[in-house]
Amino acid sequence: MSIAITTQIICFSVLSIVILIGALGVVLLESIVYSAFLLGGVFMSVAGLYLLLNASFVAAAQVLVYVGAVNVLIIFAIMLVNKKEDLKPISDIKSRRIISTSICVTLLSLLIRVDLTNVWSLSSPQNSIGEESTIRIGEHLFSDYLLPFEVASVLLLMAMIGAIVLARRDVMSRDISTGLPVDQELIEKSSEPLLSNKN
Amino acid sequence: MEYGLDLEYSFNEFLKGFGLSSEIAHIIWLPLPMLLVLVAAVVGVLVTVWLERKISAAAQQRIGPEYAGALGVLQPIADGLKLLVKEDIIPAKADGILFTAGPILVLVPVILSWLIVPFGQNLLISNVGIGIFLWIALSSIQPIGLLMSGYASNNKYSLLGGLRAAAQSISYEIPLALSVLAIVLMTNSLSTVDIVNQQSGAGILSWNIWRQPVGFIVFWICALAECERLPFDLPEAEEELVAGYQTEYAGMKFALFYLGSYINLILSALLVSILYLGGWGFPIPVELIAKFLNLPINSPFIQVFTASIGIVMTVLKAYLLVFIAILLRWTTPRVRIDQLLDLGWKFLLPISLANLLITAGLKLAFPQFFGG
Repeated sequence: MSIAITTQIICFSVLSIVILIGALGVVLLESIVYSAFLLGGVFMSVAGLYLLLNASFVAAAQVLVYVGAVNVLIIFAIMLVNKKEDLKPISDIKSRRIISTSICVTLLSLLIRVDLTNVWSLSSPQNSIGEESTIRIGEHLFSDYLLPFEVASVLLLMAMIGAIVLARRDVMSRDISTGLPVDQELIEKSSEPLLSNKN
Repeated sequence: MEYGLDLEYSFNEFLKGFGLSSEIAHIIWLPLPMLLVLVAAVVGVLVTVWLERKISAAAQQRIGPEYAGALGVLQPIADGLKLLVKEDIIPAKADGILFTAGPILVLVPVILSWLIVPFGQNLLISNVGIGIFLWIALSSIQPIGLLMSGYASNNKYSLLGGLRAAAQSISYEIPLALSVLAIVLMTNSLSTVDIVNQQSGAGILSWNIWRQPVGFIVFWICALAECERLPFDLPEAEEELVAGYQTEYAGMKFALFYLGSYINLILSALLVSILYLGGWGFPIPVELIAKFLNLPINSPFIQVFTASIGIVMTVLKAYLLVFIAILLRWTTPRVRIDQLLDLGWKFLLPISLANLLITAGLKLAFPQFFGG
């Protein structure tokens, strides 16, 4: 066994263990802040797996999008809304846990079945494209995957506009949840400087 | 055009001469450039700290450090030793694990980014294909470390500082990436070596700064904001937040933040010189000098001369930019948080988007000047 293969096996096992333990920690830990940071660690390890598969561009994109944007925003939201309140005990927690466990086990068995029945076409190291994959991804995004790519960006735009509408309540005359007219006096206009009104 | 010194190849051949297999030779070779770059980064920090002290003193009509060595050159080493032997304090109500992991998460991505900084044709750790994109991805990890240390300190100033740092670096990452994208568009490659080679045609005239003046200014402003240098040092604004996310830190953990911010400053200066100022290129092309001296380009003398000139030019350009950054720090006031976000989202983002569009148009119109 050559040194390169040994290194690869060591990296793969370390990354898999980190992903498994980290993902369990995200779900099982009580503290939401720890869960959020562990989620970042899981994203990083997945990027490491992509690197092992010779997909360096996908790995860097994973770090940029999932760690640099998604995870930072999650942590940001947690820290801005960091209320220390005791959660109310839920009455029928047992049945809820049984239902969620059975759903998860069913999903897992489905995935395992797909894994076992599907014939995976394993590419040999000789015909892997390596560094050229960046160009291939670009070609695919602007030819046969153009429509999904554009639809995804429209979806993100819609989400962004929706978030702005929800955050700036002064653009709506009625409250969404209650249907009552919004009291415009109560809305802070923080974007305007305080002193300019007092002339 | 694959010319220049290939130290790795000669080193491996040298070890194979002793009867070692090529794999063992490769493993012995691997840590050498990494150690060299790490040492270079730390020495660069010491020099920058000394420059900062001396230039700030000159800007305020003081003398600055004087007694530690000639002109106080040993002062940064004394600073470092002091931080090294100070007591390592974790506040009683702080979160120990996150408090320790925060500074590490801030420093490691910055050091990893040195992977792609070229000092010559073959003088870099790894010419990875995704090159400059790796730096953009790695620098996006930093806010997590800042948020982590801000939260773990259990101090409202720290938390506010961490939130400000993360908000700042998220909003300035976008114009930064867009101005890099314009360069990548002209080069047809993400690799830093290709970016420098693309500018090496006619010496100083072919540097990207003439073709991307707007991109250069946007990149420099964003790089300063990413380094949290004044005028953008809101995360550690001492009049408002004590020291931001660093408030509770002491000893070596504080030193990690300190080291991280200075390594980041040098890295940004190096990247500006690589992207816009021709990297290791001499203002007059080396081929012309070789022709003038009637020496073939492959002669050993010219090779060694090119390599040393490359290192000197890269470091010189980077330190010129560091000098400008230090001068800016000691002569400009701090922006307010709303001015900071306005500048980022309402000014730099549209400008860099327009710059990208115009670059794409010019590339189609004049392929011989803007990369075909």
